[in-house]
Amino acid sequence: MLQDYLKFALSGIMHRSLRSYLTTIGIFVGIMAVVALISLGQGLQNVIDYQFKKIGSNRVLISPGGGGVEQMAMSGYTAAKLDDSDLRIVRNVRGVEYAVGIVMATGKINIKGKTKFAPVLALPTDARTTDFLKEFDYFIVEQGRYLKEDDKFSAIVAPNLGIDLFDREIEIGDKIFIEDREFSVVGIQKKTGNPFHDMKIVIPLETGEEIFNKTDYSLISARVKKGYEPADVADDIKKKLRRHRHVKENEEDFSVETAENVVGVLKNVLGVVQIVLVGIAAISLIVGGIGIMTTMYTSILERTRQIGIMKAIGARNSDILTIFLIESGLLGLAGGIIGTLLGLAISKSVELIAAEYGLEIFRAYISIELIIGALGFSFIVGCISGFLPARRASKMNPVDALRY
Amino acid sequence: MEKQSYQRCRMSLQKGKKPIIELVDVWKIYRINEIEVPALRGLSMRIYKGEFVAVMGPSGSGKSTLMNMIGCLDVPTRGRIFLDGRDISKLEENELAQIRGKKIGFVFQKFNLMPSLTALENVMLPMTFQDIPRFQREDTAMKLLKRVGLEKRIHHKPSELSGGEQQRVAIARALANDPEVILADEPTGNLDSRMGTEIMEMLKDLNKSDGKTIVIVTHDLNLSRYAERIVHIMDGKIIED
Repeated sequence: MLQDYLKFALSGIMHRSLRSYLTTIGIFVGIMAVVALISLGQGLQNVIDYQFKKIGSNRVLISPGGGGVEQMAMSGYTAAKLDDSDLRIVRNVRGVEYAVGIVMATGKINIKGKTKFAPVLALPTDARTTDFLKEFDYFIVEQGRYLKEDDKFSAIVAPNLGIDLFDREIEIGDKIFIEDREFSVVGIQKKTGNPFHDMKIVIPLETGEEIFNKTDYSLISARVKKGYEPADVADDIKKKLRRHRHVKENEEDFSVETAENVVGVLKNVLGVVQIVLVGIAAISLIVGGIGIMTTMYTSILERTRQIGIMKAIGARNSDILTIFLIESGLLGLAGGIIGTLLGLAISKSVELIAAEYGLEIFRAYISIELIIGALGFSFIVGCISGFLPARRASKMNPVDALRY
Repeated sequence: MEKQSYQRCRMSLQKGKKPIIELVDVWKIYRINEIEVPALRGLSMRIYKGEFVAVMGPSGSGKSTLMNMIGCLDVPTRGRIFLDGRDISKLEENELAQIRGKKIGFVFQKFNLMPSLTALENVMLPMTFQDIPRFQREDTAMKLLKRVGLEKRIHHKPSELSGGEQQRVAIARALANDPEVILADEPTGNLDSRMGTEIMEMLKDLNKSDGKTIVIVTHDLNLSRYAERIVHIMDGKIIED
């Protein structure tokens, strides 16, 4: 029975194809936005979760300034400084297994006469630190070797630096100039998919302090011992550092964050973006729905006589209601199909563009559930928009309808 | 004339036939801008099983309203209507729809086929509304289209058929649920005389061979000669039967 009504509704739509196509435009924009939103949103979520895994759940990050990693990433500058004494305090906190101070700077890089700027990280070169760093994806050396204790002007180069900035592969043994000092490349870092980490250069800490004339750390990274809760250890570090730096609670000139905090910040940002996009999608779906409603009202007015005939030959109100609901649902579905395809195309394009810019870990989330969900949703939007017109059609008086 | 129809009426009674449609003191009053316009004024009549009745009258006489009443398309303001012994004058629209779908087949002046459906689908439609399974519907519809001589045109849409062919599809559709009564409203009004004759012969055959009750509403005297009984109506009342 439903199959017959489906066929009947479909033939009705085909009969007025141009108007039907135009109507679906209204709905496809909304569905496109929803599909792209979910696909990209979930993709970003996956990136964040992946980053979380990479940072490691047992990490505590201490950065200068009150705003934490987020503020540092945004402004890159703070008056407060972290130095060796702070590092020693952190290392002595109960539950901290090990901690490393990192100097970060933007360095002037010169290779074969070409000058560019790239992030340079200066790290201690002792065996313990190297072991500590090996746990991060970001510091794994794929070719060549790690830095050694007696290294001075040696560098580990990230895989994208050469091609992206200097149009050439950098190989082991190459000479590069950082701040006009000659370094030799001893290792090539593994590709991470993170644009920052795929462009950086790692050099020994002392050398970095010397060439950048910096004795303060941009970041202290600590690992929490097994059996300790990172949040508790972070609190403890905060307390000790406050005492050491003579600052009051809530007026800290430094931030202590666990991996969870950092990811949480990113998730909040993502949440805000999603709310905005959901709003846009909702508006376009409402507009699309009104479009379907208008088309259905027109269609029903035009077919008043047909409705009269159907009633004369025995159609109940519910039959008429079903036929027109299916018809409007199909209009929604047609828009949904186009919208889903375009939405997926958008998110796939974003994925390709992101990869182009080095963010290769980003993957658009595409699943059968997403597609079926979007199509089902568009059918329902169509049905809801068509409900009032369909009800009006079903309640028509057969005598009046036949006379139309 | 009056005597003749009286005799005919008596003949029907004598045959002991039950009335298939009975109208008892039926009034239909339309309200147009607060003014009451009566279309039927206390009309009573009986139509017996197997009769071929022509309802005649000038426009505005109330014959369309009468047709709506006989066809269960509308309920009277006052009075009672019995279809096959059942009082239908107080039924809800949904119940009326089911009854007319089963008991009455309509043939309209303007054919009134669904433009988006093929001939076959048009004939199947009344059965769809009676929840008859698909294979049965298709089978019946094929037989009916064959009967009206359109077996080669079953997959054509109304726009691809001539007027006469469309009206034949409409007759096949009217027969779909094997109704007791075929109700035809000016069935030849949009056809040339040759086509018109064909359609009327078809209705006559349905009356004679299948024993269907046929009621035609017309103002064409030529059509009325197919009928065995003519009811004249004027100002909402029967003036001659």
